[in-house]
Amino acid sequence: MMIREKFRGIGLALIVLAAVPLAAALASRPAFAQEAPDAVVKRVSGEVLQLIRTDPKLQAGDPQRIREMVETKLLPNFDFERMTALAMGRNWQKATSEQQKILVDQFRTLLVRTYSGALSQYRDQQMEYKPLRAEPAATDLTVRTEVIRSGQNPVQIDYGLTKTPTGWKAYDVIVGGVSLVTNYRDEFNEQIKNGGVDGLIKTLTDKNNRGAAGKS
Amino acid sequence: MKSRTVIAVVAALLLSACAVAPGKVDDPFEPANRAMYAINKPIDDHVMRPIAQAYVDYVPKLVRQGVSNVFGNIDDLFSGINGLLQNKPEKAGNDFGRVLVNMWGLGGLIDIATDLGIPKGNEDFGQTFGYWGIPQGPYLFVLLWGPTTVRDGAGSLVRIWYGPVGYIPYVPLRNVIYGIGAVDLRAGALGTSSLIDQASLDPYTFVRRAYLQKREYDVYDGEPPKAKEEE
Repeated sequence: MMIREKFRGIGLALIVLAAVPLAAALASRPAFAQEAPDAVVKRVSGEVLQLIRTDPKLQAGDPQRIREMVETKLLPNFDFERMTALAMGRNWQKATSEQQKILVDQFRTLLVRTYSGALSQYRDQQMEYKPLRAEPAATDLTVRTEVIRSGQNPVQIDYGLTKTPTGWKAYDVIVGGVSLVTNYRDEFNEQIKNGGVDGLIKTLTDKNNRGAAGKS
Repeated sequence: MKSRTVIAVVAALLLSACAVAPGKVDDPFEPANRAMYAINKPIDDHVMRPIAQAYVDYVPKLVRQGVSNVFGNIDDLFSGINGLLQNKPEKAGNDFGRVLVNMWGLGGLIDIATDLGIPKGNEDFGQTFGYWGIPQGPYLFVLLWGPTTVRDGAGSLVRIWYGPVGYIPYVPLRNVIYGIGAVDLRAGALGTSSLIDQASLDPYTFVRRAYLQKREYDVYDGEPPKAKEEE
């Protein structure tokens, strides 16, 4: 009697377990459904970490290979225009659309180079993903993660994401409380105060050109 | 002796009069700070960083880990005290627990507490002052020390004053220990300087904002009030 009951319980559990993945698969099928914001972060960082662990060229710090990976894996998931606009603050409106285009371009170059340089330091790290706290209708939210390093305090890395027609895209990265956008806002402000929008463009371009020359 | 602490605390208290809106930079001494930064940079590039690099290259990892653990054990003690001062008994309990447990690990040389899964706190006097509602006050860049604020600097003075190393009567030994502590600290931030050079348009501004953001974040234990988007 007792045993039979138990078996019935197990049978039920099996049916439920089998049904759940099926339902999940069906739910994710529709072509217009967007990948959830935390799923984007998880997938992209998972892919990148996996590559760093397995690709010997990446581990050796081959700049060509790193740039390739950053461009194919990371860049599609960032909204650089929003990032630049936020870092510019109210100065964004003062820039012509031509200037805005150059700024987004140069800022992207600077960040890619910085990130590529720092990437080789990330290796034996583990990511932990915190539960998402957001309204279902939110179009702007923060995904929180934590990087666990052996023998050291964990570092919290948060991503500011915004909903776009082509999926959730990151526009800010906050490492241990230091927001990239907030940090650059000071820098941009200062450059614009000293030399206007063109001054900022010149500083950015010069820095990027120097970096490119130094690399080769 | 204690009067120095009192002065520091009073100085910090006075600062509460000149609160600055979050997100704004409070750097009235910018010209002097920039001068300090300019002097500090070559000293760091040519002395501090190479020493720290040599330390990492030539001292076995096990030894370096032991050194970090011993200083970390002192940090835990102060983190516990500051946890109490900020009315966070659970955190303080973890920190004091870590100190007690690690005493069995050869006086802190072996970090048993981490292996046991006791989380490490990071409270300090600067954060305690912040918790009490004292604003950061003017930003300061101090030679050989780096970025700080009047509030955090006051906190660091209190910490150094009461730190156990200060009670070592034999001054040369005391200074050697301070020196090792400085190298240990600098070695922990070796990757940072090249990153700053690469990322920033003006390293001074970059470091300042990063420091202020980090401290704000620490005071609020990772949940700072959302700064309003500027303009």
